[in-house]
Amino acid sequence: MNNPFRSRLSGRLSIIVVAMTTVILAGCFGDAKSWRSKDITGLMPELAFELTDASGDTVTADKTDGEIRMLFFGFTSCPDVCPATLRKLSRAVSGMPDQWQNDTRIIFVSVDPQRDTPERIKSYVDFFSDRAIGLTGEEKALRALSKRYRTTFGYDDPDAEGNYNVSHSGAVYVFDRKGNARLLFRPDLTIEDIRTDLVALAQESGV
Amino acid sequence: MIGLNWLAPYDFSPATILGYVLVLGFYGYGLLKMPEDNRPGSGRILVFVVGVMLCYGVMQTRFDYYSQYMFFIHRGQHLILHHLGPLLIALSNPLPVMQFLYSRIKPGIRRALSPLGWIYRFLQHPAVASFLFVGLIYFWLWPPIHFNAMLSRDLYWIMNWSMLLDGLLFWWLILDPRSPVSGNALGYGKRILLLALVAVPQIILGATIVFSQGMVYDVYEVCGRAWPMAPETDQLLGGLITWIPPAMMSILGILIILRRAMREDGKAFPYSEKLKATHS
Repeated sequence: MNNPFRSRLSGRLSIIVVAMTTVILAGCFGDAKSWRSKDITGLMPELAFELTDASGDTVTADKTDGEIRMLFFGFTSCPDVCPATLRKLSRAVSGMPDQWQNDTRIIFVSVDPQRDTPERIKSYVDFFSDRAIGLTGEEKALRALSKRYRTTFGYDDPDAEGNYNVSHSGAVYVFDRKGNARLLFRPDLTIEDIRTDLVALAQESGV
Repeated sequence: MIGLNWLAPYDFSPATILGYVLVLGFYGYGLLKMPEDNRPGSGRILVFVVGVMLCYGVMQTRFDYYSQYMFFIHRGQHLILHHLGPLLIALSNPLPVMQFLYSRIKPGIRRALSPLGWIYRFLQHPAVASFLFVGLIYFWLWPPIHFNAMLSRDLYWIMNWSMLLDGLLFWWLILDPRSPVSGNALGYGKRILLLALVAVPQIILGATIVFSQGMVYDVYEVCGRAWPMAPETDQLLGGLITWIPPAMMSILGILIILRRAMREDGKAFPYSEKLKATHS
């Protein structure tokens, strides 16, 4: 067992394997795709939800199948992130070639069902874009959906007037026509970057 | 109800729960059935169970929720999975229990398990073990990889399990109760050297995170924090947890090894000789 030659051999072998692993791992990180946003292909499950729309009806993800969907969590009393993101998405969409505009859908999910009634959400999203729909649901359904996309939300304590802040994801999850998770828009992405990626995605899985 | 909520897993993983049940089950079975003179005392059993339950706690309770949405709690989770939990498990010296369980395995199955032994011996080569120990920390904290690991449920589980298994391997190599004087275990000098060597890159990494100007790990910003906390504070705390406790644990490990080495100094029969003799 204690053959010195064998133990020296196994020692050298170990070092070689360590060196090779380093090289192989380094090779893994080369990215061929040139998306401007974060590519999340294969990292997240396909789009699925069961929420309530502006008219109080239940909506599932397959109702928007065939469209490029941008899922965003927020609330209508949101002072900064939500309006900024919705404005950005809406401008990116409206700057796309006409043929692709109708293939996009902004899905705004309110995680503040206490204050956000379906009507309130509708007037809110309609203000930004006609390609946007606003959804909400019971907190349990919203928790399940946010957990599915590895995010969370929380409520601050209300102030004297009953107003409270809601912490939520600032990211936009983008799904292709088949509902596969494809891209993640970080808050710092420009309108131009968003538009470029949306067009690329629309062309790629074009009709 | 609140207590129950805290103990319930955030991301229920049947495989993880089964793994822990099997570990504790086999350990308990071994304790009950093994000859009394080899059986670990109650202190060692307690240390083993605390080590196992700490790891379980950070994987399958509400703690896991906060680990997913706060960087510094995530660092705390890895501190337990990669350092504290495995250190306690190795320190409790479950070797007699494992040897007893091994003796109960049928020879045919033992032969089938021998490839595992080769993998184990390869992973326990000091160079491989220390490279893996530090390499895994760097790998999972490499910003693009970290971002993906926090976005993907599968990667997240692979990350946590790989940290736990690697922690067990490393701390077992360091705290191996068998004496290097009478057996094949790693020499005390080498163990001390390894502990000192792995501390340095961890200190560098932790300090880099603490002193970085911008946000290194923006996934927590992108995906929402568990509660509103300044991102800089979160990152600073996370960096400190990466930096100081692991370095302290290396020191602790060195002290434990020094104590063992000093106890064995000048002794014709090292204290662990008895242990080995009963199982050869």
